[in-house]
Amino acid sequence: MGNLLVFLEHEQGSLSKSSLSLFSAAKMLRSAWKKDTMIGTCFGQGSEAAASNALDYGFDLCLFSEQSVFDRYLSIPYSLGLLQICKEEGCDVVLGAASSTGKDLFPRVALGLSAGLASDIVEINDDGSLRRFMYSGNVLADMEVCSQCRVVTIRSSAFPAADKKRINGDKREIRLVVETSGKSEVVSFTRSQNGRPDLLSAERIVSGGRGLGSIEDFEGQIFPLADEIGAAIGASRAAVDSGFAPNDWQVGLTGKIVSPELYIGVGISGAVQHLTGIRDAKIIVAINDDEEAPIFKVSDYGLVGNLFDIVPELVKELKGSVETKAVNMD
Amino acid sequence: MDILVCVKSVLDYEAPIRLLENQCGVDSRLMKSVINPYDEIAVEEAVRLKESGHAHEVVAVTIGPKKAQSQLRHAMAMGVDRGILVVCEGYVDSDLAARALAVVCAQEACDLILMGKQAVDSNANQTGQLLAAKLNIPQACFASKIDVNRGFAIVEREVDGGVETVKVTLPAVITADLKLNSPRRPDLGSIIKAKKRLLKIVGIDDLGIDIKAKTKIIRMIPPSWQRRGQQLQSVQELVNVLRQEANVI
Repeated sequence: MGNLLVFLEHEQGSLSKSSLSLFSAAKMLRSAWKKDTMIGTCFGQGSEAAASNALDYGFDLCLFSEQSVFDRYLSIPYSLGLLQICKEEGCDVVLGAASSTGKDLFPRVALGLSAGLASDIVEINDDGSLRRFMYSGNVLADMEVCSQCRVVTIRSSAFPAADKKRINGDKREIRLVVETSGKSEVVSFTRSQNGRPDLLSAERIVSGGRGLGSIEDFEGQIFPLADEIGAAIGASRAAVDSGFAPNDWQVGLTGKIVSPELYIGVGISGAVQHLTGIRDAKIIVAINDDEEAPIFKVSDYGLVGNLFDIVPELVKELKGSVETKAVNMD
Repeated sequence: MDILVCVKSVLDYEAPIRLLENQCGVDSRLMKSVINPYDEIAVEEAVRLKESGHAHEVVAVTIGPKKAQSQLRHAMAMGVDRGILVVCEGYVDSDLAARALAVVCAQEACDLILMGKQAVDSNANQTGQLLAAKLNIPQACFASKIDVNRGFAIVEREVDGGVETVKVTLPAVITADLKLNSPRRPDLGSIIKAKKRLLKIVGIDDLGIDIKAKTKIIRMIPPSWQRRGQQLQSVQELVNVLRQEANVI
């Protein structure tokens, strides 16, 4: 029986939000697949600090490497690093998040291990099979990985955050024989959503759909509401296609999969591919003038009516109260 | 420069999906097949690179059933020069697709391989990366902009939290995201011309690879959406429940 390797993403030493879900999934997978040791690993500047933090969540061992080849994420060095660890530490299962980094990285790891890859898993079943969405969210499928080594990525929003539970784990620095291939390099990175929270980590999201009717009304209605409650801004595919909002605001299976505490959908009818993207939100509120809109069936609270009356009134009602909460959050 | 563009034939994603009663798969009997929309974007990009003088020949390849010829013809109608169909009537997972594509890539000796970031049926988002790894070449996934130069490409990638620009040496695999372009609708003339283009058909058994998939689908079920679905009467009521009941404001 082999060990379970978990790849942890971090930014300058602080673990990504997905890590807490990854810890839960790792424990479930270890027991479902009867793995021996649970090993965490992280690469790049600050990875020693990230490894220390990860030990609080029940890893037997955390490996880190601050070698400069890992300064920026690139698929070739990162996959080679993970493959070397698998070999040296006897890991035949590798687990990570289905983030943009994970989606980019894990196929290369799987190929190196001749392993099958189960991507974007939302549930680990008792019988050890893995559940994921197919057909743009219209189907849930249970699958098995038949190869000897197995690689799994999880949709982190579908797994609970783990509680701290330190065991006698240890961290260790490793030296990986990974040379820069010179075949690819990162030129630059531009952060999106100036000043507003990032969709993927936002506590609150206000999204607009085709019902807004124009880019002016999208901005005139959605922006004030979002800013009033400190929310990120999202959009349905229809709104993006109509040019009301940029592509990277799209929420849904083909856009971003989000997991806020509060999701307010304004003028969104609720295509399945959009609903798939908001499935993990804690509270969903729908505002739409069509009471037959499918989004109402999957919402916690619905308001039927003209959004151009409802949204301004909502902004007015929310004034004040949220500022108090914002102060508390600081 | 020669471009290989990989396309997948998928069930019409705009039609409702129905499951078979034995939960083993999707009922495809009454459904038509279309080109995977992300692959269609990759085809468009390849054709544009040819039109702008960056590419010499554009070849489209698909792994799939015999009837997937229609999707290759569609790619040709968009401007692809010729097509290759690797016939496999059984279940093809991303790993098998990538290993089959790697054989075709070796035969075609192309400088750039384009495909969609994922297929809308499997939603796996793996094949491009697996292929790059198999060929031991770099990858640039989720591309929203591609600039091809002599021997390298500058690619803007849609990643969590923003846009990353990478430089990859060629040959490389680049996978297309939605924002890359809007694919053209071929006119009747192009559709007729496409029928005369070369379409090579080979069997997957002839590629000399192990054709066993590494993953298996056990069952399929419809997703459930359990929410309270409470209709409220006023904005005031909404604000109250959000504050007091849900405690999210």
